[in-house]
Amino acid sequence: MAEWDVKDLEGWDEKIRVKVQEFGLSCFDQEFEVCDHNQMLGYMAYSGMPSHYPHWSYGKSFEKLKTMYDYGVSGLPYEMVINSDPSIAYLMTDNSFCLQVLTIAHVYGHNDFFKNNFTFKSTQAEYTISRFKVHADRVRSYLEDPSIGVERVERILDAAHGLSLQCRRNLAIKKLTLREQRKRMLEAARPAADPFADLHQQEDTEVPNLNKIPASPEEDLLLFIRDHNRTLSDWERDLLTIVHEAAQYFIPQMETKIMNEGWASYWHREILNSLDLPQDLHLEFLVRHNQVVRPFPKGLNPYYLGLKVWDDIKRRHDDPTPEEIEKYGRPTKTGTQALFEAREVDRDASFLRRFLTEELMREMDMFEYEPRGEDLVISRVSDKEDWRDIKETLIKNVGMGGVPVIKVEDADYNQNRSLYVKHYHEGRDLQLEYAEKAISYLHRLWGHEVVLETVVNNKRALLSYSDDGFSAKPLK
Amino acid sequence: MKPTINAIFRPYSSSDALRSDRSAGDRQRHRQKVREAVRENIADLIAEESIIGKNKDRVIKVPIRGVKEYRFIYGENSSGVGQGDGNSEKGQVIGKTDGTGQGQGEDKAGDQPGVDYYETDVTLEELVEIMFEDLELPDMERKILREVMSDRISKRKGFRKAGIRIRLDKKRTVKSRIKRRLATTGQDGDPTDEEQRFPFRKEDLIYRHLVEDVRPESNAAVLCIMDTSGSMDTLKKYLARSFFFLLYQFVSTKYRNVEIAFIAHHTEGKEVTEEEFFYKGESGGTFISSGYNKALEVIQARYHPSLWNLYAFHCSDGDNFDSDNPAALKAAQELCELCNLFGYGEIKPLGSRYYESSMLNIFRRLEAENFQTVLIERKEDIWPSFKTFMSKERTPIATETPAAAEQ
Repeated sequence: MAEWDVKDLEGWDEKIRVKVQEFGLSCFDQEFEVCDHNQMLGYMAYSGMPSHYPHWSYGKSFEKLKTMYDYGVSGLPYEMVINSDPSIAYLMTDNSFCLQVLTIAHVYGHNDFFKNNFTFKSTQAEYTISRFKVHADRVRSYLEDPSIGVERVERILDAAHGLSLQCRRNLAIKKLTLREQRKRMLEAARPAADPFADLHQQEDTEVPNLNKIPASPEEDLLLFIRDHNRTLSDWERDLLTIVHEAAQYFIPQMETKIMNEGWASYWHREILNSLDLPQDLHLEFLVRHNQVVRPFPKGLNPYYLGLKVWDDIKRRHDDPTPEEIEKYGRPTKTGTQALFEAREVDRDASFLRRFLTEELMREMDMFEYEPRGEDLVISRVSDKEDWRDIKETLIKNVGMGGVPVIKVEDADYNQNRSLYVKHYHEGRDLQLEYAEKAISYLHRLWGHEVVLETVVNNKRALLSYSDDGFSAKPLK
Repeated sequence: MKPTINAIFRPYSSSDALRSDRSAGDRQRHRQKVREAVRENIADLIAEESIIGKNKDRVIKVPIRGVKEYRFIYGENSSGVGQGDGNSEKGQVIGKTDGTGQGQGEDKAGDQPGVDYYETDVTLEELVEIMFEDLELPDMERKILREVMSDRISKRKGFRKAGIRIRLDKKRTVKSRIKRRLATTGQDGDPTDEEQRFPFRKEDLIYRHLVEDVRPESNAAVLCIMDTSGSMDTLKKYLARSFFFLLYQFVSTKYRNVEIAFIAHHTEGKEVTEEEFFYKGESGGTFISSGYNKALEVIQARYHPSLWNLYAFHCSDGDNFDSDNPAALKAAQELCELCNLFGYGEIKPLGSRYYESSMLNIFRRLEAENFQTVLIERKEDIWPSFKTFMSKERTPIATETPAAAEQ
């Protein structure tokens, strides 16, 4: 602590902000809070939120983080920054001065990304803090309400937490209202316009069932249950909304992890290199920077991967090799333009799809692994034949790609109010122990039987959960 | 140039840091859930431990299912992408499917079941504590235990001027004479000068005083009786062992000094070691009475009921020779009279019902309030049977506990 005080930080922060502006980043106002490692663990357990509703899972997460920290399994992140307007970041007292300066620059990178990337448009950053606070207050009021209490609140929250990621992924796409969905169903059922209708025999058109619920498969499981299970009380509906909104808030961060970390690392490097740091600070910065963006052997470091791709975008536009010009054509944008465009319009999946090249994959020695018996075995390496497949696998696993797509197909299955949900299988099976529990959560919230259609070992199967418990049967 | 982005710094305040422990409530709730989860899994845990008489500080790893956070996630057949050091080759093994040895920074981490696998350490003592909390028999505390008032010892308690010759405290008596002599002759007198007679007087004499101390006896013996005839296979023994473990642990929490005796029998009973008891198979037919008679012998020889609280339990598959039944019943009757609690557990794993003979019907004729029969068909039955068994302990005061009467 003797090494620096807040005055020093403010001085460097001002220089950094000047650079941020020169580089063309556009940020929310920024708040820095200096905290100790215990407070940091606390913020981490609650995803950085200054105020968050209570639930035992956050206590578990705190204990886990603390144990890992105490035993030195994992250190603490240098920074923690949350997407809000103004943005809030935490700096740890124990960090060296150089780390603080690096962190401040890194934070502005994230801040810019939060403000400008399209996926974050739906998060309403200016209300983040107050929304979480209001949610926390409401949950606390239910906990304290003598007619509700901890047990009943947890019953709903536990189940809702298990299902909260089963929701729409791309929030930039407008969700259709029921009326719009019905209109579309009618349009889809209408025969194609035929200029010779008089000559042709009229085709039979099937009238779509407009009363079907849901009109089209519904991905927001919690909201669907909230709106269609009439037996829920108001406070239960409210809890579902709260959990859903919290999940929606975090989805953009999951969806842009690689881009976001790469972007912040790119800019902290540019900013610190342009700052004329004293030599000792500069050397320490180089060491720290390389620690952050080093590749994890046999793993995947999002900081490293992201930075690599951003660097490559810049170089390919500013200084393409002759082969690249031949292969991709002469670049039409400057490197900086290309960077700023991608930071606005891409998410991890599209970012990797557009910019992760064969050469880059080979340079990073990317491989695909698959389980064989007890072992994870490398099944493909980035050679001529396989690099595309590896890229596909990578794209499938980033962001929300790691969460199975499950949609409500029918809310009155077998005409007895059973909920029919379908797993959109694309090669990956569900983990069945977890699926069984997750279905039981659906059943808990829905109140009637729940049937899940999925594929197990290449065979279609129905897993169902009713008052009598779990059962599974193959589907013809 | 003045930047247009504003920034503020909130400095560190250590007093705030000390005051804010925002996760305290959630942590406590989480611990409660862990404890509940341990309680729920107790039937599995006790059935899986190899235990009897093990050290109380032993740490047991308890896998916790109750506090896992389940979601829909992908299973084991999904592949992933990693990066190497430039030398990656097809077929290279990079880790295990359970997540050990795999590189960090894996994007999917946290969603994988292996990562969320959660274990907590519980000492045997804690476990037993939780177990008996679960038993929910608060009125079984001290009151019901049969306390044997036989442990008579004499204990010293101060000194007296009067007493019997044998308790004379010579050292103190001599000291008090010296004191008196100094007091009367003054400092000048030579204490070693034996020329001058200075006899003991009655007021010099000091006697030790003894009082009689009667302590409630807290010895207990657990008699594990098991049928080791040919029909008792490993599974049955395993179920029996779980039951004996519970019994031993329970008795240990109540008495200071607990001994355990293992009596194996087929057509004749003998006392064996724990090892032999559980692992050594015998063959041949079954005379249950032989085991009981052996138990009676052991009690006669080592555990007299006036000094010991006795808990006996017998596990068998009920496959007794018919001719032995009256003798078994008679011996059981005797055991009931001597023991605080005597139980018979019939172990018939599901699917082995073709042994139609059962001792349960025979023992129905035995009318003793501290006798209990239980039927154990599978692992899950152990805990409930144990609960019913314990509820039968002989109550010297009244059969009805105050709490039960209130309801």
